[in-house]
Amino acid sequence: MNLASLSIARLRKGLDSREFSALDIIDAVEQGITSDSTDAAHACPVNAFVELWLDEAREQARAADARLADGERAPLLGIPLAIKDNLNYRGHRASCASRILDGYRATYTAHALENLERAGAIFVGRTNMDEFAMGSSNETSAHGLVRNPHDRSRIPGGSSGGSAAAVAAGFVPVALGSDTGGSIRQPAALCGVVGLKPTYGRVSRRGLIAFASSLDQIGPFTRTVEDAAIVLNHLAGHDPLDSTSVPQAVPDYTAGLDGDLKGLRVGVPKEYFVSGMEPEVEAAVRAAIKRMEEMGAEIREISLPHTEYAVAVYYIVATAEASSNLARFDGVRYGRRAQDPADLYELYARSRGEGFGAEVKRRIMLGTYVLSSGYYDAYYLKALRVRQLITRDFATAFADVDMIATPTSPQVAFAIGEKAADPVAMYLSDIFTISTNLAGIPGISLPCGRGKGGLPVGLQLMATHFDEARLLQVAHRVEQALR
Amino acid sequence: MAVDRTTVERVARLSRLELSEPEKEALTTQMARIVQFVEKINELDTSGIEPLPRDATSANVEREDVPHKNAVSRDEILALAPESRDGSILVPRVIE
Repeated sequence: MNLASLSIARLRKGLDSREFSALDIIDAVEQGITSDSTDAAHACPVNAFVELWLDEAREQARAADARLADGERAPLLGIPLAIKDNLNYRGHRASCASRILDGYRATYTAHALENLERAGAIFVGRTNMDEFAMGSSNETSAHGLVRNPHDRSRIPGGSSGGSAAAVAAGFVPVALGSDTGGSIRQPAALCGVVGLKPTYGRVSRRGLIAFASSLDQIGPFTRTVEDAAIVLNHLAGHDPLDSTSVPQAVPDYTAGLDGDLKGLRVGVPKEYFVSGMEPEVEAAVRAAIKRMEEMGAEIREISLPHTEYAVAVYYIVATAEASSNLARFDGVRYGRRAQDPADLYELYARSRGEGFGAEVKRRIMLGTYVLSSGYYDAYYLKALRVRQLITRDFATAFADVDMIATPTSPQVAFAIGEKAADPVAMYLSDIFTISTNLAGIPGISLPCGRGKGGLPVGLQLMATHFDEARLLQVAHRVEQALR
Repeated sequence: MAVDRTTVERVARLSRLELSEPEKEALTTQMARIVQFVEKINELDTSGIEPLPRDATSANVEREDVPHKNAVSRDEILALAPESRDGSILVPRVIE
């Protein structure tokens, strides 16, 4: 039995009954990752981790075992967790998979991590990602690409590809990611695991290195929906040091998971079943929706008429915010500095030119362009007006339905290199996940069968602001029914 | 609005990004294509629609302008800087 491939709920039982120790679990984590990177059968390692903190994790596991022996109980006590390489964990490196953060060490710990640490979680390492979370395939990392554990010639999705792959490969029971336009849900779908993006403001962003501040949100990758609920219980909560964090009480998200679906109104937006989508993906998602109906849900076709503009709006809003957020990486205060610059301008321009990869440069350039004098109104302000229309589409829909069900991605995991040369084709792979970020609502992706080549397909469920409890409950019941 | 080589050089300067010749060439083509793609939003009439910079539920928050009790120390910040001297971060001469 590979302990690292069990659910959090199962590990909790085993730890509390002393069936195995927290140290045993860390051993299993190490064993899984080491054998993957050295085993001759896997000539191509998954490359999910950028750095492991196993010595430190063992020390914490011993402490957790001592606390368990003393009869202490805490929800995540002794549970190993991997974190995306864009989260600050005091004293540890964080690189956003970029050369520009060479040598950087966090001087404080992200609020979300503080919460999880308090609940007893043990951080075992940081996971690979697209550089600065910009990408949908995990091919833009300065630490090398990540491979999909289901087929190593394919991408795991992105940008949180390392976190998704780490859970899918059985390396860790849970990993944190961040979702700006689908960066948790899309890789979760492509790797066959559960990925949750909470409501904007539900989880503090303090300590998450910013990509697009009005869209970014931290969330978990897990093996089960119940595990996602367990983790959200500790991720969620108000942080006075993040002005966008919302002071709303955190319910116990695990409490109502078994509630039934009778009378639940589920909207199926016609704009999410478009030509170009793989037929196997559509079939798997439609079958899952049919199961919801059999369980008592009422299925209604709805319309989100501005869906086709979401990707265009996103690539204006997200790049504009990114060009501003990434201005701080200038070679002055931390990270990479160019050698012997002639003047201050050259110090900035060369440090950034040498430090950033191609996709990040492309987005900084686009964001600067849409914000520059003469273009601001035509692109940036116009995009914010369309963002308003997209948000209103959801408000209208949620007046009639409780939940929206769609595919997470129009296709299963694609081949490494397939879209690397065409930025627009890559951007379109987030077509079904972007709108939730623009509207700030929560979304989850859960496995719903297999598509082409036996690769995982994801079902996406979306709910209205702060309705994670119902979102998780419905996802849990669908997961049970499809098992 | 067309993106040409001059646009790329102007935006690169605003972005404080040094680009190689091949990078400028690739970005000229790619940015032109991306800009053409995002101009799809011009199909919509948005007169009378308010811009939405953040999600609809957010409100402004203020706090006292005092350092937090867990504020990071000056020494820790300086230790991260590529070059520092006498409690300050060093950069190339700005004023002649």
